[in-house]
Amino acid sequence: MPNLPVAAEIGSGPNPDEPLSIIVAAVLILLIAMGTLIFNIWFERKQVARVQDRLGPNRVGPWGIFQTIADVLKLLTKEIIIPSQIDRLTYWLAPVLAVGAVIMIWAVVPLSPVAIGSDLNVGALYFISISSLGAVGVLAAGWGSNNKYALLGGLRVIAQMVSYEVPLMLSLLVPVMLAGSLSMQDIVDAQGAMWYFILAPVACLIFTTAGQAEVARAPFDLIEGESEIVAGHHIEYSGLAFAMFYLAEWLHSFTLSALCVTLFFGGWQGPFAVEVPALGLLWFFLKTYAGYFILNWLRYTVPRVRIDHMMSFNWKFLTPIALVVLVMTATLEKLWPALFPVDPGRPGFIQSLPRAGILFLANLVLVGVVIMILRQVARRERQRVEDLVDEGQYSAPAPMPEPVEV
Amino acid sequence: MLEQWVFILVFGIVALGTPVAAIIVGRVIGPRRPNPTQQSTYECGMQTVGDAQKQYKIQYYIFTLLFLAFDVEVVLLLPWALAYNQLPLFALFEGAFLIFILAVGLVYVWRKGALEWR
Repeated sequence: MPNLPVAAEIGSGPNPDEPLSIIVAAVLILLIAMGTLIFNIWFERKQVARVQDRLGPNRVGPWGIFQTIADVLKLLTKEIIIPSQIDRLTYWLAPVLAVGAVIMIWAVVPLSPVAIGSDLNVGALYFISISSLGAVGVLAAGWGSNNKYALLGGLRVIAQMVSYEVPLMLSLLVPVMLAGSLSMQDIVDAQGAMWYFILAPVACLIFTTAGQAEVARAPFDLIEGESEIVAGHHIEYSGLAFAMFYLAEWLHSFTLSALCVTLFFGGWQGPFAVEVPALGLLWFFLKTYAGYFILNWLRYTVPRVRIDHMMSFNWKFLTPIALVVLVMTATLEKLWPALFPVDPGRPGFIQSLPRAGILFLANLVLVGVVIMILRQVARRERQRVEDLVDEGQYSAPAPMPEPVEV
Repeated sequence: MLEQWVFILVFGIVALGTPVAAIIVGRVIGPRRPNPTQQSTYECGMQTVGDAQKQYKIQYYIFTLLFLAFDVEVVLLLPWALAYNQLPLFALFEGAFLIFILAVGLVYVWRKGALEWR
């Protein structure tokens, strides 16, 4: 195990005494976010094409890699249509808020041991508050457009984003508790010996699921369910104004993966990341792209859920589990030092094993209990339906016809 | 610690300035041929009837109220989780009690049927 750094050695953002370094850093992080975005859109379109058994973009440049740039150029030449009935302030505020909020999250994402926009001591709280701004942007779009589809889409945002923020924040409290810090750089630093995915797998799953809903992508993309409300909140936007919503969604999805990696998969931690900060950047992006790949895979595999199912999934499933995980982690955090007294200071891999083992086992037990409860509920529900069929309340669906032999 | 926020301020301006700049560029470069049909509210080709900014379902409001209760709870729990490993054992019971009260609230709302989407 290499010598782990103490927190003070880790970079905490650009030097505030030099105004130029702040501006350079700000533009650099913006360029990183935008640069990855251009690549991500191509990456995701290629991936979804493979999932759906087609080729995807393959005309502009090798493997269609310049497709996104061509799309941006096309959108540039399109007219931004402004409907006459709009509420001007909210209509124009919406795309700005939607994009600005997502970009601003990148200020606290630690890219490498020495590269972070600003290592705020309230980084996690900052992330929560900024990501809520995105919901305001989408709602403003729904209200400002003065269109019925747009308003319905905007209202679903309130229901969905606001609800899923509860388990998101509750599961975020678990790594905060484990690291004893709200600073993103400290949370990553504390994962030097053991990733928090091992210590809190359930919290990680809740965070990812709730995050996917927060991003409003499939299977939780019903705010823009095409078959019901056409395009949802961004229906009245065109040209680059529409592109802003598109950009916000794509970037938010990638940001979710980056945050997941930061909070649960050790961020920039990896072999020699501390000695060579550039390697930290590599590890960070490798992990983030792996997470992004899995999230996209989920997105194109799972069908869209119904709104009542989505709400009960949040309030009757994710939120109670998040509460239980929080109490469980708190209890075990007080329990394990009593069972395995360790010397204070920075633990290595071996010293962190008892804590990780206890928490991991507890999480496994919790998953088992949840699955048992779910089986009970499902069995009861099936019984109820079967009883209704027996009473002749409604008929069971007709069996599928036998396939015809050719 | 306050200097840290200087970067947030600068980055916030850059982040919010990007979409503003993009939309302005789009307005300048893109064509502009407004006519009444094009500017009318989109509704699958139908004539729009009435205004869209009117009353909507109360359900959305109930969920927002619920969110508010839980949001305040998380704000209360944040310092607790932050300083947890420096607190005595008693903090565990305090935190668990707060979460218990909220769980009771959640069960109450559940039983009342406010979580059913109608």
